[in-house]
Amino acid sequence: MNPFDYTRAGSVAEAVAAGVSPGATFLAAGTNLLDLMKGGVTRPDRLIDITRLPGLDRIETLPDGGSRIGALVRNSDLAHDRDFAKRYPAVAEALLSGASAQLRNAATTGGNVMQRTRCAYFYDTASACNKRDPGAGCDARGGETRLNAILGWSEHCVATHPSDFCVPLVALDAVVEIESAAGRREVPLEAFHQLPGDTPQIETVLSPGELIVAIRLPPAAAVFSGHARYLKVRDRTSYAFAVVSAAAALRLEGGRIAEARVALGGVALKPWRARAAEAVLLGAAPDEAAFRAAAEAALTEARPSGDNAFKIELARRVIRRALTLAAAGTPDRLPALPASPFAVQSGVPAYA
Amino acid sequence: MAFPITLIVNGTPQHLVLEDARATILDVLRERLDLTGTKKGCDRGQCGACTVHIGGRRINSCLALAISHDGAEIRTIEGLAVGDALHPVQQAFIENDAFQCGFCTPGQIMSAVALLEEAQTDGDPERIREAMSGNLCRCGAYAGITEAILKAEQRMQPSVQGEAA
Repeated sequence: MNPFDYTRAGSVAEAVAAGVSPGATFLAAGTNLLDLMKGGVTRPDRLIDITRLPGLDRIETLPDGGSRIGALVRNSDLAHDRDFAKRYPAVAEALLSGASAQLRNAATTGGNVMQRTRCAYFYDTASACNKRDPGAGCDARGGETRLNAILGWSEHCVATHPSDFCVPLVALDAVVEIESAAGRREVPLEAFHQLPGDTPQIETVLSPGELIVAIRLPPAAAVFSGHARYLKVRDRTSYAFAVVSAAAALRLEGGRIAEARVALGGVALKPWRARAAEAVLLGAAPDEAAFRAAAEAALTEARPSGDNAFKIELARRVIRRALTLAAAGTPDRLPALPASPFAVQSGVPAYA
Repeated sequence: MAFPITLIVNGTPQHLVLEDARATILDVLRERLDLTGTKKGCDRGQCGACTVHIGGRRINSCLALAISHDGAEIRTIEGLAVGDALHPVQQAFIENDAFQCGFCTPGQIMSAVALLEEAQTDGDPERIREAMSGNLCRCGAYAGITEAILKAEQRMQPSVQGEAA
């Protein structure tokens, strides 16, 4: 780890003022940042500790019925907040399917959104990586691509965004509240992360000194609470990043789908909202034919970035099964293995 | 640049001056306070050997900068037993063969103690295994670890039996 200067910010204004300087990075729990620094992947000159900023650790229900999650709310506190989990069960399930209990106890809301890709070639400083070293090339091409992208990738970068939390959030139209010296602005989460194009080093819309202060869910996000699930296929039962995951949320009315939300994780450099799938589901009966058509629609633009064509069919199946689970209804209590395909639920086919 | 901090470790305030902001809680426990029960395994948040409680919550101390935790209350494996009386989880680990080489054991026990305090698993072995997935055991003592946690849970909350439903 490189030596760095350390500043503890006492207010948001102080933090964003300090954050503008070149080489400065905000430090929250540090569960991703310290790992990257220990590996020499990132070498900030200065850490601005935001963990003591007042007021950013609250989960609020807003007057309009929406919810506001402070950027410093810990993943486990959010997942175990009874009211929040009841309103947004797929978000709670996604959170509890991510990382380990120890990491969830530390990792923050803002940090989850800001976490870097887990592409092995990004982490390995001996490999070429356009994200780490713009113009260096991409050793992931032709390499191990099991966890790499099938949607939205470019010749310059085939990495994926690793978050579980962001997948249901993007499905539910979450908004990112951002503070800077110039004031406050808001960006839909769907537009927050940037696809690689020819500048994979630019990962989000944030400018230097801009700080996430909260994530907001609009009032309409709670209408799916009775039919919302997250499903995550990974290489081991627990404590692994998604190979492919999906959030599915339905509002049923008179035996028909009145509203649908679908998003994918592990497939692109951003949480991937599948609007084409949602359009197919609108007005349809919640049955296998509709779910199959939705899954097809979601993946029409997918193409393998290496030896990972299997992920395209896997993503279709994960969507179908997530929709099947959502249609069956949100369980009263999360299964022992949250979001796991091995969590048995009666009445739901094991192979959707 | 020197950074004065105070950590309350197993109930005792420890006033320290950090010469280097890079020190983690794990480094400080082991190198400055000679509390070597907490182990440095992967040092990257993957193995759980460094698990301690900060403010009553289990975390990976290898990914926690000490300087960022000025004033924190920390509980380590050294703070569990009262004199020679072992914590029920420690006792259950011995009785249920929950370790072999012992390197991961302090982290396993600190994680298990927190798991029981979190009260999310209700004596369900599957929920216990899921909640312990952040602690790796290269000897593969997982069956004994799960059994030990179940036994400790029964011992610590005898009233849970029959009331859970």
